[in-house]
Amino acid sequence: MVGLTLKNKEKKASARNLRRKPRWGETIIQALLFFSGFFSIFTTLGIVYELGKEALLFFQMPEVNLLASLTTTEWKPHIGKFGIWPLVTSTMMTTLIAMTIAIPLGMSVAVYLSEYASPRVRNLLKPVLEVLAGIPTIVYGYFALTFMTPILREIFGRDVVQIYNTGSAGLVMGILILPLITSMTEDALSAVPRSLREAAYGMGATKLEVALQVVVPAALSGIAAAVIVGVSRAIGETMIVAVAAGAGPNFTLNPFVGAETITGHVVRISGGDLSYDSIDYNSIFALGLLLFFITLVLNIVSQMIVRRFREVYE
Amino acid sequence: MKEIWIVQGFANNLNLRNRIGTVWYVIFQASTIVGIIALIALLFNVIDGSFGYVAYEAKVDPDTLAVDGVPVEAQSKEQLVSLLQSSLSSGAYNKLENEKPFESRSREGVYQLVVERIIRPQIVAVWKLWPSLTQADEIRATVAQDFPQAELDFVSWLTYDFVSRPQTSEPLTAGVRTAILGSLWTILFTILLAFPIGVGAAIYLEEYAFDNWLNRIIQTNINNLAGVPSIVYGILGLAIFVRALEPLTSGKMFGLVNLTSENGRTVLSAGLTLGLLVLPIIIINAQEAIRAVPQSLRKASYGVGATKWQTVWSHVLPNAMPGILTGTILAISRAIGETAPLVVVGASTAISFDPSSPFSKFTTLPIQIYQWTSRPQDEFRSLAAASILVLLVLLLSMNASAVLLRNRFSRRF
Repeated sequence: MVGLTLKNKEKKASARNLRRKPRWGETIIQALLFFSGFFSIFTTLGIVYELGKEALLFFQMPEVNLLASLTTTEWKPHIGKFGIWPLVTSTMMTTLIAMTIAIPLGMSVAVYLSEYASPRVRNLLKPVLEVLAGIPTIVYGYFALTFMTPILREIFGRDVVQIYNTGSAGLVMGILILPLITSMTEDALSAVPRSLREAAYGMGATKLEVALQVVVPAALSGIAAAVIVGVSRAIGETMIVAVAAGAGPNFTLNPFVGAETITGHVVRISGGDLSYDSIDYNSIFALGLLLFFITLVLNIVSQMIVRRFREVYE
Repeated sequence: MKEIWIVQGFANNLNLRNRIGTVWYVIFQASTIVGIIALIALLFNVIDGSFGYVAYEAKVDPDTLAVDGVPVEAQSKEQLVSLLQSSLSSGAYNKLENEKPFESRSREGVYQLVVERIIRPQIVAVWKLWPSLTQADEIRATVAQDFPQAELDFVSWLTYDFVSRPQTSEPLTAGVRTAILGSLWTILFTILLAFPIGVGAAIYLEEYAFDNWLNRIIQTNINNLAGVPSIVYGILGLAIFVRALEPLTSGKMFGLVNLTSENGRTVLSAGLTLGLLVLPIIIINAQEAIRAVPQSLRKASYGVGATKWQTVWSHVLPNAMPGILTGTILAISRAIGETAPLVVVGASTAISFDPSSPFSKFTTLPIQIYQWTSRPQDEFRSLAAASILVLLVLLLSMNASAVLLRNRFSRRF
């Protein structure tokens, strides 16, 4: 009888010991970690809320009319003209010029690195690309203004090419984006399994045919994502255009004259002490919100492409 | 019969296909070379601007300032002070005395003042390194013809003095000490914000988070934030840190109001803004480092009865730390080079005093480069080139330390 109760007691005690104990330290730490993880949501909410709030104030100002700003082609805040197109066209133009440089060059380099280069050459070249990618953009701005612009002016004539022009900013932006596109494309190409290449060689394909007709199509989703990320980067790029593309919005498609991009405009008017609640102050929030949404959509599209169209190999 | 025809067709075609292959191979290789040339051109251009001939005219000929045959550059501090006293108006002299008493100034500092205030060399022409090396004779002839009064010197814009002097508006005596200190102060707050939160978020996402909608949103959000243009962070910083949190970032909350920081455009605001900017990069890098720690280590730790946090703290983190630190250094070097967000947050354009507290006004190295590049005069472009070299050396040493860290401490499982 006594033995039985003892046994029961032991059973109870061991059951209690195995039960999960509340560990307050662990819980607090976990809460802190969750807060850290959640912190980035605050950043996004902060961007959407603050930028949205001030942008709304901007559109409520009597001088500003959303319809007019989408349909007119003059951005002159001091006389109350807020046509967004001059800023948008010059942004599109620098981006276009940058991508015409960066896409073909970046892909050629990526194909060369992943399909042709020996491991030694690759180990030599990849650091070069990493260095290019690590140089601050203001240095590229200096490069555009003091190197690319004089070259353009030599080639096309000094009276054709202005000192500040979107062409030289776009070209240098292409060099800036080149390493980004190269490394993303090369990652996509290297992820294509060896067996596909071997099969193509087995059919008698040349090296080029394997690269362009087998490997590149198989990696197309990754390449498309690289291009989109490159475009998004070019649209948001600031210092090159702030230094080299010129001050003052200009509705033109001529790459040899100065024209201000969205980012360049924000930097110029916010340099110096901008007074709160002025129309300039509110306008940079509207422009920032525009940039945020353009790049957000591009990034989401690029992630969707990767997820939807990725060829999964074993 | 048919088979032979196919083989022949194959062979006929083969030459052409191989030739096309060679052409494209050359194209691929040429593109790579173009990339390398771009890097070389960029570096060459910066070095080209950092050295070269400078022609300058002195407002007052230094020879006339000699006392008893002792040239001005060899005079003692007392002689220089009396020279200042006799040459400057008493108002200007007293102002200098008020800024910093002459007794506590060094001889070099006083000599600097003599050069700035009395001799006042004015740059009349600047040449880059390449023409200075290849056309030295022509440059001398031009100077002799156009500026007979001018003195021609081969100048290295990047000197020890350039790094250690504060910023001034005179190109010959300007330096980047203010900007370097501003960069370091800013980065300090960037690290204080981004490192703990970034590593915490990475631990949460890799070790604690279940695969549910909330955590998927957090992860997607971090990936998207990494692609947001830096200038948008600047605008966010302007709205939140500079304006909404002004009592905190200007130091009013702590009763630290001084004349230099009457608003929130301070080192603290800038550092926090950059902290938000690099946070997603740090999280993504730290996640990769934590993911690389093999599962067996965690299981062994649980097996001996460790709790989750004990496992993370004593086994996962130590093994992931080299990777986390490497990623953090790379993110920080990105922050050091950032310009656009700081312009928007409101970096000061011309300050000559060093930042001394979180609530100081500031300028940073990239801001300084931007300011000098935007000036149309060649001498400021040369200053910009020299500061770019300083910045690149700083970044290169950081990246080198990241690579060393990776090679020295990384473990392979």
